[in-house]
Formats: sequence, C-alpha cells, structure tokens
Amino acid sequence: MTKIFVENQAYEVEDGQSLLHACLSLGFNLPYFCWHPALGSVGACRQCAVKQFRDEKDTRGRLVMSCMTPAIEGTRISIADAEAVAFRKGVVEGLMLNHPHDCPVCDEGGQCHLQDMTVMTGHDYRRTIYPKRTFRNQNLGPLLNHEMNRCIQCYRCVRYYREYAGGTDLDAFRLRNVVYFGRHEDGTLQNEFAGNLDEICPTGVFTDKTVKRHYTRKWDLQYAPSVCVHCGLGCNISPGERYGTLRRIVNRYNGEVNGYFLCDRGRFGYEFVNSPKRMRQPLLLKDGKPQPVAKARAMEHLASVLRGNKKVIGIGSPRASLESNFALRALVGPERFYSGLSNAGQRLTAAALEILRHGPARSPSLRQIEQADAVLVLGEDVTNVAPRMALALRQSVRQQPMRAADQLKIPHWLDHAVRELAQDQKGPLYIATPAATRLDDVATETYRAAPDNIARLGFAVARALGASAPEVSGLSEAERALAARIAEALKSAERPLVVSGTSMNSEAVLQAAANVARALFAAGRTASLSLAAPECNTLGVALLGGGSLTEAFKAVKSGSADTVVILENDLYRRAPAQEVEEFLSCVRHVVVLDSLATPTVEKAELALPAGTFAESDGTLVSSEGRAQRFFEVYVPGGDIQSSWRWLREIMLGAGQREAAAWQNLDDVVASIASAIPELAGVAQAAPSASFRIAGAKVPRAPHRYSGRTAMLANIAVSEPKPPEDPDSPLSFTMEGSPDQPPSPLIPFFWSPGWNSIQSLNKFQEEIAGPLRGGDPGVRLIEPPTGANGSYFTDVPNSFEPKAGQWLLVPLYHIFGTDELSCLAPAITELSPEPYVMLNPEDASALQVAEGVEVTVTVGGATHRLRIRIAPGIAKGLAGLPAGILPLEGAGLPAWSGISRA
Amino acid sequence: MEKVLTRYIQPDGVPLDARAYERAGGYESVRKALRMAPKDVTETVKQSNLRGRGGAGFPTGMKWSFVPTGPNAPRPKYLCANADEMEPGTFKDRLLLESAPHQLIEGMILAAYAIAADVAYIFIRGEYILAIERLQKALAEAYEAGYLGKNIQGSAFSLEMYVHASGGRYMCGEETGLLNALEGKRANPRTKPPFPQVSGLFGKPTIVQNVETLSNLPHIINNGPEWFKKLSKSEDSGTKLYGVSGKVKQPGLWELPMGTTIRELLEEHAGGMREGLAFRGVLPGGASTDFLTAEHLDVKMDFGGVQKAGSRLGTGTMIVLDDRTCPVGMVRNLEHFFAQESCGWCTPCWSGLSWSEQLLTSIEEGRGKPDDLEKLEFICKFCAPGNTFCALAPGAVEPLQSALKYFREDFGRHIQAQHCPWR
Repeated sequence: MTKIFVENQAYEVEDGQSLLHACLSLGFNLPYFCWHPALGSVGACRQCAVKQFRDEKDTRGRLVMSCMTPAIEGTRISIADAEAVAFRKGVVEGLMLNHPHDCPVCDEGGQCHLQDMTVMTGHDYRRTIYPKRTFRNQNLGPLLNHEMNRCIQCYRCVRYYREYAGGTDLDAFRLRNVVYFGRHEDGTLQNEFAGNLDEICPTGVFTDKTVKRHYTRKWDLQYAPSVCVHCGLGCNISPGERYGTLRRIVNRYNGEVNGYFLCDRGRFGYEFVNSPKRMRQPLLLKDGKPQPVAKARAMEHLASVLRGNKKVIGIGSPRASLESNFALRALVGPERFYSGLSNAGQRLTAAALEILRHGPARSPSLRQIEQADAVLVLGEDVTNVAPRMALALRQSVRQQPMRAADQLKIPHWLDHAVRELAQDQKGPLYIATPAATRLDDVATETYRAAPDNIARLGFAVARALGASAPEVSGLSEAERALAARIAEALKSAERPLVVSGTSMNSEAVLQAAANVARALFAAGRTASLSLAAPECNTLGVALLGGGSLTEAFKAVKSGSADTVVILENDLYRRAPAQEVEEFLSCVRHVVVLDSLATPTVEKAELALPAGTFAESDGTLVSSEGRAQRFFEVYVPGGDIQSSWRWLREIMLGAGQREAAAWQNLDDVVASIASAIPELAGVAQAAPSASFRIAGAKVPRAPHRYSGRTAMLANIAVSEPKPPEDPDSPLSFTMEGSPDQPPSPLIPFFWSPGWNSIQSLNKFQEEIAGPLRGGDPGVRLIEPPTGANGSYFTDVPNSFEPKAGQWLLVPLYHIFGTDELSCLAPAITELSPEPYVMLNPEDASALQVAEGVEVTVTVGGATHRLRIRIAPGIAKGLAGLPAGILPLEGAGLPAWSGISRA
Repeated sequence: MEKVLTRYIQPDGVPLDARAYERAGGYESVRKALRMAPKDVTETVKQSNLRGRGGAGFPTGMKWSFVPTGPNAPRPKYLCANADEMEPGTFKDRLLLESAPHQLIEGMILAAYAIAADVAYIFIRGEYILAIERLQKALAEAYEAGYLGKNIQGSAFSLEMYVHASGGRYMCGEETGLLNALEGKRANPRTKPPFPQVSGLFGKPTIVQNVETLSNLPHIINNGPEWFKKLSKSEDSGTKLYGVSGKVKQPGLWELPMGTTIRELLEEHAGGMREGLAFRGVLPGGASTDFLTAEHLDVKMDFGGVQKAGSRLGTGTMIVLDDRTCPVGMVRNLEHFFAQESCGWCTPCWSGLSWSEQLLTSIEEGRGKPDDLEKLEFICKFCAPGNTFCALAPGAVEPLQSALKYFREDFGRHIQAQHCPWR
C-alpha cells in the first residue's frame, strides 16, 4: 500500500496502480473513455486529466492524465482543480463537436457512458456551428448495430476486439477526426465475443441489434440477478424484461467468473424465452393430439395417474435447476431418479466429478484461468464448448511475455507499452483437438488427432513430467518430442493449467488430463485442472446422483416402471430416436415439464409449462463447482411456473405431504442441504427470501421505471397490486431499498450519475476486483490437491485409420450446439447447416468435393450431409456438428462409412 | 566558413559514388571508430554537444547512453534514420539525402556501432523518390565496399541497413509513430516511458535520429568534439542547415554556423524581402513554431536563443510572412495541414485541430463571429504540451497562438468586415 493525496487528503491505495484506477477505487467521480478496467491505459481520450503537484509547496501543478500516471508514495493530485475541471469539460466539448446529439433515438440513451461523462464534466453548450462529419454505417450481421456518426474515437472497440478478444475483422481506418471503426466491408463480425462491443463502446456506435426488435430503455426494464444457461461456465447475467417479454441480456460482473465479458451465445441466446415454441398452458393428450387444458384439470389428471402409483420414475435434466431436479427426485424417490444425461454424458460427467472430488488439482475460476502462465488443452474446442473460457485463455497467453515488462518497470496496466514490448510473443499454450480451433492463432503448438491419441499425448506429457506416471508405448518420435516440450513448458511455469472436458466422449482424455495435473504436483508445481461441462447444470445434476438414461429405459423395459416424469429434457437430443420411441411407447404415462414444446413434449400424455431461467428461481452448479442462484426476472403469463413448484403441487396432489413444507425456494434448498451433504453450501449461494435492507426488499426495477400505472390501463384503469415474491428478497417493482444489495442480489448496475454499465465501478471493493462483500457463488468442491493418490493407468491404444471407414467425432459450435440458444433468431441465423468434415486427403481418397452430399449413419439414423473439407481435422476422422445433429446419445466416437448420396 | 555537412555536395547536386566519396575523405571515420570502443564513440559525441536536428534538440550522445549495452542487452538492437521530412517549409534533409547519401550512411554506421545496433533503417518520406533512388544506389555501393553487412572492414561489427519508403503521413516523422509505421501498424504515437532506447522497434532497444544529426557524426569523429564546438557562433555546437522560404528575393538553404541571426539569414543570404513587400513575421523553425516579428530579427538561431524569444529553433527552416499575405489565410493553410495529418489518437489533436481549421476557414471566408477568437484561444490551450499524447498538436497550434498574439487586429478586421482584407 502507498499513500497518495487527493485534494490534500491522504488515502491508502495499492502501490503502482494508475491514478485513475486508484481514484475510482476510492469512489471519486473521475470521467474517462479510452481506459477500461480490463483493457488498461493508453492515454488517447485525455478525459481523466487531473492536476498533479510536486509537493505541498507546489501551488501551480501540472495537468497529467490520471490513467497514465502511477500512484506512488506521496503522489499529490487534485481532481477539483479549476484548470483540470476546465480541461475535462473541454475534452467532452471536443468529443461532442461531431457527435450527432441523437440521444432520443439512440439505443444507448439512458445507459450511455458518454451522456454520463458529459453531465459529469458540466459541458452543456455547443460552441460550434459547422457541419458535422458523417459516415456510412455497415451491416455487421444479426448481433450488432453500427452507427458510426456517434463515434468519439476512444479506440476501445478495436482494442477490445483485436487486442483482447483476438478478432481480426474490425479495425480503425483513416485518421484525423474521421477515424472509421468498422470492417473492411459489410459482413457479420466473426469474433465470438463481438457482443461485448455493446458494453465496451461508451456510446451508441455498437448496440445490441436483437434489442432493436423490442427496444426498451434501461430504466424501463425489470431485472433480476441471473446466470447464463447456455454452457457450463455459469457466467452471471442481468436479463431485462418488459411487457412480459425478455428484452435483453447485459453482463453482470462477477470478478471470479465472467468479469466484464460474456460470449455471444450467452448475450444473444435469450430470445428462446420469447419463442413461439413456448408452452404456456398444460397440454393433455386427447384423441392422439395435445390439447390445452386448465391447470386444475391437468392436476386432477396427474393425481389420478400418480396417486398410489409405485411405478413412477423421474428423468432429470442438466439444464434444469438443482431445486427442480431435487423436487423430481423427491417425487419419485432417489432410487427412481435418473439424471437425464445421455449415457456417455453420465459416464463422463461421473468421471469428471470423481477427478474434481478427489484431486489431484483444484478447478480454477475463470479469473484464475486468465492468470495461468502455461496451458495444455486436451480435447476441448474451448471457444465452442465453454466460450467465455477461451477469452480467459487469450489473456493467459500474455502472462509469461508480460514478465519482460516487469524488468523494464513497465506497469501491466500501461497496455500499449506492454504490448509493444511483448510484440507477438505468446503462450505457452498447447492445444490437442481433433480439428482446428479458434484459439489456434495464439497456440504455441497444436496437435490434431483422434480422441485416443489426444489421451495418449496427455499420458505422455504426464510421463515426461514424472517417471511414476504410466508409460505410453508406441509413440512416434514427433509425439514424444511434443510431449517433452509440453512437459517442459508446464513445469517451468508458476501457474500451469490443464483444460479438458467431456466433449471428446473419452474418459481416457479426462484421465490423461488428471495425470498431467498430478505429475505437475509431483514435479513441485501447483497445477489447476479445468474440466468443461456441456450444460448449465451438468455438474449439479451429477452431484444429485441418479442413474443414466439407459438405466431409466431398462427400468421401463423390465416392467419395474410404467410412468415417467421428464423434467426439462428433450430425450431425442440425449439418445437415438429409435430408443426414445421404443421407451416412450413402453411407458403408460409420460408427463413432461418443459418450457418449450420439444419433440418429447409432443409425445407426452400430459405436459406442463415450466418457467425458463427468466421466469423461475433456482441454483446452478458451474463446471468450476460453483453454485450460483438465479432469480425470476418477471412473473410469466399463463400457467408457467418454476418446475420445482409444479413438482411440489404434483407431490401434494399425489399425497406426498412433505412437499407442503416447501413454502418457498429456501425450504427446497434446505431440503437439498440436509439430504445431500455435498450440496450443503447451496444455501449460501444467495441471501434467503427473508433478507431485507432496513426492512425493505431489493427492487428489481430501476427507480425511474416508468408507466407502471399505465401498463395495463387498456384492460383496467386501477393498477393491480404488484406480484409477491415469496422466493427471494427481490420485489417486482421499483420500490424497495435504494442501497446496494449484497452481490448475489444485484439485479442491475446503476449508481447516481453513472447510468451506464460502468456504474459497476461503484459496486466493486476495488476496480476490477471482487464485488463488495465478495463475488457471488459458493464453491462446492474443494479437492485435496497434490501428488498423493495414484495415476490412471489405462492408456488407450494408438488410433489406427481404417480403409473406407471414418471415426466420427463430434465438433462443437458456439452457435448451434446449445439447444436453447438455437431458438433465438439471431443465433439461428449464425448456426451452420449440418455437415460432415473431412481432411483434404480423406476427401480426395473418397473423391468428394466441398459441398457434395453424402450419407452418414450415426446412432442408427442415416443423415444426408454436405462435405466440408478442412485441413485442420486429423486424417481418418469425420467431424459432425454436435447439437445440430443429435449426437449426444449416438455413442461417438464411432466408425462409419461415408457414401455419396 | 568551413563546410561540414555540405562538404561532399557537388555543384550539380549529384552525389559522389562510393569510390569518389572515399577519395574525398568519406568513410574515414568508420575506420577510425572501429578502432575505438563503442562507448568512446558515444563519449566523443557527448562531448561534441551535438543536439538533435529534427526539432526537439535532445543531446545525441546522452540519448545513446540510455541504450542497454553488454552481453545481456536485448538483441537485435535497431537504429532508424528519420528521413520522413514532411513539415511545410522544411526541406533541409532532402538536400543531404539527395546529394550526400554516403555521408548519412557513414553517420549511421557510427551511431549503430556506438549502440551496437544490428539493423538500421532509413525511414524516408515516400515522395522523396530521387533521394530513395540515390540512397539505394549508395547503400549497394556501401555493401560492395564492405562498409555494411557482416564484419565491416574486417571488424567484429556487423550491420544490415535498409531503405524503407514511408506510406506518407506527417505522423510517421514522430519518433514513435515512425516505429509503429515501420512495424506495419497505424502510425500512432507510443507511450513514453518506456522510451525507444529501451523498448522501440519490435520491442527492442532503438535509436531514432534525424538525417542531419546523423550526417554530422563522421565529421565529429574525424575532427574531434572541440573542433565541432568551435564551428558554432553560440553555445550549441556545429553548423546548421538553415532554410528560408516565403516572398524573399532568394529563398534557399545554407549551411551556416549554429547561432546565425535571423537578420543575417534574411538579409544576407535570402537577399531580403521582394520588391514592394515588407517583412511582417517569421516562423523561425518551420511550420510548427511560433511566429516571431521584426523585434526579434537579431535573435540567434540556436536552441536557447529562439526559445527565449518565444518560439523554437525546430528544423531551422524559416517561413517568412510579408505584408501582402493574409496571416489568417496562412495560418488556415497550416492548420489545414496539421488537422489533416493528425493521426486521430488523442482528442485535443483530432478534434481541436479540425475545429481550428473550420474556424479559420470561416473567418477567412468572411463568416467569422466575434467570439471565434476565444474559441481559437481555447483550442490553443487545449492542445498545449502535456495535454496531448505527442508533440504534433502543441506544435500545430504554435503558429496559431502566436498569430493571435501578433496579428490579432487582422483577425478582427476579417470578422468586422466579413471578408478577407487581402482579397
């Protein structure tokens, strides 16, 4: 810590920070544009000028840019100095000379950093009368809108997009006051994190295009703290609703998880909530057709089916909350509860969970992944499976090169100085996958191979790290040398990280990853091990226990069950259609709870409309093992409610009186905690429903929320009472405590004078640090770390290509693989058509060209697919798009022939 | 006066080839320096008190001394000749580039040897086509003669040298903008510190030096620092290429002792004002320096002298304003240039300079408002040193702020009459 003086008052700040960072952390209002906590300082906009004085006697001082000046012992500055105030006002005047002043029609209005800073500096009168410069805008695809006239040339967009996110198709063109930030030609921005430009841009140049279709001002939306449901990372989000539709997603900062950024699947996938495929009423099968029925009728029917029925089983879901899965488990009994994971999913998730539970290494948070200084990725296409982690890995490759800056005493926040020094040095990052990935551009080396060989490489790295790891026989010289290089790179790092996961459907890959981590501990290194999970609650449902889908199917076949309650799960995505059909036809009663009318719903005798993440409360467990609470954003129309509430009613109807004790979410959480000790921490994920701030609830809506009394005036002029929320300390109105709530309860970021997302400065203990009181979420699994324990020894045999056969492997897509986000129109537009990917040599052996139609048989079903030729895929493999084709239950990797259609 | 920089320049301007250059005494300093320790070369230059001729006047030897040396120093190290001469009214390096390319190469070898650079670039204005041709020819000859490449003149010192033609922006002449341009990036300036001496081209230690500065080096090594100091008429040592443009009888460029007065340059060398025209003011160091007026004619053209008078020596190439030329129009032209050449990085520069151009155009075209002068003054303060990222904007507003001081009534007449009195 070091002492600095602001307006002659002494303050303790961390040594060597920039003055801007220090001042904002201290709570001062100091305007800025080009600086961003995640991007550091470049000194372009000159907005954060303060007066610096040499010592107490210096009365003149000089203007310095606070973002470019380090806080060192005795630094003496004034923010309020008249010259500094005038200069900052002048900067905004300069920025606004050509700004179109179109706030009333600008999507950014009301959440605009430029508006906030303009007001903060006091600039109010335009002294120029000349024509403004204008630009042609570009069509940047379905996700982002482009309005260049609003640009203030702060360079944040290109710095974020190119330098932070690794994009290449956005750049700064031209110079003077006509710098153009755009693509070389119109077209969809290619980077998977482009959506963050909406928040990175301090004004309305880049705005969320999906919001345009149902635009609402920030202050007119109702929010709740929520968690993204589109992959296993558990990024924190703030969804906003008005008039019963979900309008947008903005990032909800969590210092340990997503920090300042989301991926585009997470930001733009929300529109499935408004999908016409939503089920809003119970559907009862009548004359072979699902017919809408009243809730009472549905419950009566259910009671008649379930009461006294001893043959009920429940199939849970990795995309449903812990509470809903647990309620189903309670309805049917633990022995008759099945996880709902596909067979491979069940097997692999169990294997991953074992590794997470028993070590050797701790699962890192995304913040810790950013700080890893040597990384081995085994099997995962991170950008497409756990997207936000790819952005973290992009930062990790800077860790080692950044050390050169320490030698020259260049602070890490002096962003361009650090980058100019490091130039193109990156890594080490080694990526072993079957096909090319979007992180290859920052990889030290890549290895393209079949899953078994990827595992073998991992085993070989472990062996190269320590002699007690099992030997891998039959490695090629090149593979042995690569393993040695990887081992060396990991061993010489301070914070080595191994990333793997379940997406290769290979336990051997997971075990190899664990062995590498164990061998690193044996070599005296504290390794971390991140295992990606495919869905938002994969780990949560695995922690609840329960059999696999095959076992559920068996239970019905064997006659021990004839009734099934399926929770938020489309079985057709989990198992081959034939098996599902067979299963469903054997079951006497099929009850499905889901938010969407899936193919499984269509087969249900009774389907009940469940709330999506936006219309329910619950807890999800991320791949890190972090339990995080999400809250209902708005009360849904129709009969929609949280699945666990449906299940509670079903239990009561079926005579299971214990459900009566579940008055609210906290009661369910308490039951989970007492039933499953490993999940006891879930209760701490967020304050309970009885939490109050000075007797008041936390308002979901901003205090400027308008039109509440008029919203339903076309129906009745008397305003209805706002809905009650028994499940959380949040209120469904703008009324409530004006104070900052505890971090898991922050519905949206706003602070007086700070209307934009940057208001979160005011919610952090320190800028870019944890939220006040700690970041949300509870880590459930803390394994014993270290080299103790034994290595996995099942080293698979080397992959041997077969003539006329290809090993089918799943390939993943940020847009396309995830079931729910695919229903958002913008994401649908970006999803690829089904394909089969071959190496050019394999394609020429097969005599097929790009785009040729072929047939491939997967999991008993034959698909007509177009050939995609990619040099990045290993020879002998054929890649198929997961999710776009139902591959989860297809038993991949599997051999198949490919023939011309 | 002894000719130094122009010593090798032939009356027809065609440069000597390597052999003729050697016969005239060229490359002698290289042989001499290679027998010296690199630090002694630096020391000699330090003692000579040579200051940078690109405008800022930083002591050359001291600049070199910041470059890390020894076996652990980062490699490769770089030397860049800044030949991106692009400021209006400045044409001094052009003479040296076109007519004495070997002298520049010789100077660069010396500088590279002193800092143990491995690679040298001549970053030259793209429009200097003749100079580029001649440099390339000279470079080939120097390689041929063993002054460049591996083991120069049988020593352990090796140096590769390249000519790099600029894509053509004024900003590329800024030391760090030049480095970015050379790396293939936008020519935005870089954060200092770290200075290029420790983290420059491709993140390695780099010295960027003006052509005229480098061209002095062979003579300093050959004749010693004391000789160099005595060439001058002032505390700044050496000679200087001085230029005069504007409506004088003989506009031109002369090598004269450092510290020659404005009056001597104007009256003796440039032959005074053209018939019927009277002197009103002068930008002494090129377009990015403050006006001086008749009261300053006896100011010595050296770093300290011009600064004391309220302007800068800059590149030593003065632009003269006469009484038949509208000062508002002249300043407008200059601000048009600077506004157009702003790289667009920092707000005062890209925003302020464009605004100043708009204001000056409207005043010149008879649409000025009484409070326009306040706005221009605001812009001058806005772009003051320290408020901007690099020196472009502070330099750009120097002619404007001094014009507002010395020719304020002319601005007023434009606004009052709603037309330019000179038209």
